Amino acid sequence: MSILSTQNLTIGYSKKGKTDVVQSELNLELRAGELVCLIGPNGSGKSTLLRTLVGLQKSLSGKTAIDGKNIAGISQHEKALLISLVLTDRVDVENATVKDIVSFGRHPYSNWWGNSTEEDDKYVSEALEMVHIQKKANHYLNELSDGERQRVMIAKALAQDTPIIMLDEPTAHLDLPNRVEIMLLLHKLAHKTQKAILLSTHELDLALQAADRIWLMATDTGVECGVPEDMVFNGSFNRTFESRSYFFNADNGNFSMNYPMTGKVSVSGNKTRLYWTLRALARAGFEVVENADVRILVTENGWQIENKTISSVEDLLLELTHLVMIYTTPDI
Amino acid sequence: MKSRHFVIFLTLSFLTLGLFLADLAWGSIPVSIREIFSVFFGKGADAINSEILLNFRLPKAITAILAGASLSVAGLMMQTLFRNPLADPFILGVSSGASLGVAIVMMAATLLPVAFISSGWALIVAAIIGASIVLLLVVGVSFKVNNAITLLIVGIMFGSIAGSLVSVLQNFSNPDAIKLFVMWTFGSLSAVTWNYMQVLLPVVLIGIGMAFFLQKRLDGLLLGENYARGLGISIQQTRFLIVIASGLLAGGITAFTGPIAFVGVAIPHIARGLFRTSSHKILLPATVLCGASLLLICDIITQIPTYTLPINTVSALFGAPIIIWIILKRK
Repeated sequence: MSILSTQNLTIGYSKKGKTDVVQSELNLELRAGELVCLIGPNGSGKSTLLRTLVGLQKSLSGKTAIDGKNIAGISQHEKALLISLVLTDRVDVENATVKDIVSFGRHPYSNWWGNSTEEDDKYVSEALEMVHIQKKANHYLNELSDGERQRVMIAKALAQDTPIIMLDEPTAHLDLPNRVEIMLLLHKLAHKTQKAILLSTHELDLALQAADRIWLMATDTGVECGVPEDMVFNGSFNRTFESRSYFFNADNGNFSMNYPMTGKVSVSGNKTRLYWTLRALARAGFEVVENADVRILVTENGWQIENKTISSVEDLLLELTHLVMIYTTPDI
Repeated sequence: MKSRHFVIFLTLSFLTLGLFLADLAWGSIPVSIREIFSVFFGKGADAINSEILLNFRLPKAITAILAGASLSVAGLMMQTLFRNPLADPFILGVSSGASLGVAIVMMAATLLPVAFISSGWALIVAAIIGASIVLLLVVGVSFKVNNAITLLIVGIMFGSIAGSLVSVLQNFSNPDAIKLFVMWTFGSLSAVTWNYMQVLLPVVLIGIGMAFFLQKRLDGLLLGENYARGLGISIQQTRFLIVIASGLLAGGITAFTGPIAFVGVAIPHIARGLFRTSSHKILLPATVLCGASLLLICDIITQIPTYTLPINTVSALFGAPIIIWIILKRK
């Protein structure tokens, strides 16, 4: 079920009659219970799109509808009941506990004096539990790590109890374990709570694993939407992130560097060691082909080249440089 | 937590009440607490004492409470709006505007009718007009700019312009007028008579009332303007109301007492430190009580030497060390 949709939405900036179009004619759809990752190169307009969708910024033309209602026509307060935000803005509130911050999510529901009801408390403690930070509910915000802070802001968004949550680069500034954990958490939350969760990120490999759907933004060609695997198969990532120095490796969902190739080798043997051997070879500039003059056999605990046993990658690369020189010299 | 807050509130209330009585009792002619009660409850009080108390010390003590409360509340709102611990009620140039108004009246006095200048209202009207003009300019700008920091810079710039115009006036004025102006900048709590109180009191009550009305939105602003928008708070409107409320408080007090420094920046920090909360529901009444107490203490101190000290010097002597402490603590 589509909960948010855009029709011919054009986003960008307009100042003193001059308009700077970032993306035009976007027709996007966000569905309940799905985690959508918005990815794209820097400058493609990820933040601009997010800011426009949540109404922090005006669109140049077209419209965004939530539940069929045009968001241009609804008040700030009504919007707060539909979309909750997790932004990159640093939150630094003196003397505020984790619970205080999460309670901010209940703001749109409380009266002008802001007293919390039992229902509010219930939402807050549920949100704290969902992000697994209930043990630190009474800690001050400045006692938390960056990963915990991000979880607190997500809990705030959950306490706001909106059908849509939007997050601007929620994994930036986090270390790998925290990045994985946040992504997994958001994936779980989307499925469990049937909320539509949209986030922008630079973590392509994480997004490919966690997202139910990808919005891939290119600087010129607009936004492509689809299930991650479909987009791998149709080559969308390589088109979007086209560059001479790296390529999107469809085998593992990572970006790989394009090393300058100086020699050719053939490799066969043990599976786990093979992967790392190939990496080392690529970095050293050896192209792996089927029937090269130099053949490498990867064994359980080493390598074999022309009946010579080698025990470290360092020695392997040294030997290869030597051999390739011999094989290529006659041509000169 | 709640009971702890209650105990501190109770203590602060009694402290304020005690200081209020002490401020009434203290002075070049000491009046006993018993005398004070008999004056207020009309049981055979001394005529001189009741004159001193009712027409001099009582309005002065009330002014101290109003000024302390107003400047502290305005300071708290500015610190929250700009998310800057060193913002004060005058940061938007309101007091510079008031100073300019006063300077114009004092130093360009030859151009104005004598009857107007000699009445006490001249300075007050001038200060209110000066403060209002700067306030309106800042409010106008507040609708044009996207973020609070730009507003802050514009406010400081308006303040500098007003300040330099004052210097220009001083440059062309005679020494008597300059001395008079400098005396005004020292601040005084005793200039507010019952007549003036009829104007000052409503202004302060409206300003503080607005602050209480805005407390939930002020809380939201703590997360930053974007998050506040996400919580359904209309930023433009809130910013406008905060600027008006703090302008009324800071401008109103400055018009009647002259610029009183440091109270506005220091008290919100003391209140936060005491109550260890960020909720404006607690901080607003806390700053009212702390601000009132501090200015009552300052007023009592000004009476200690035989020659009365200006309130501004005493409040600065108190305030500056607190600001230094804040900076060192935040390192």
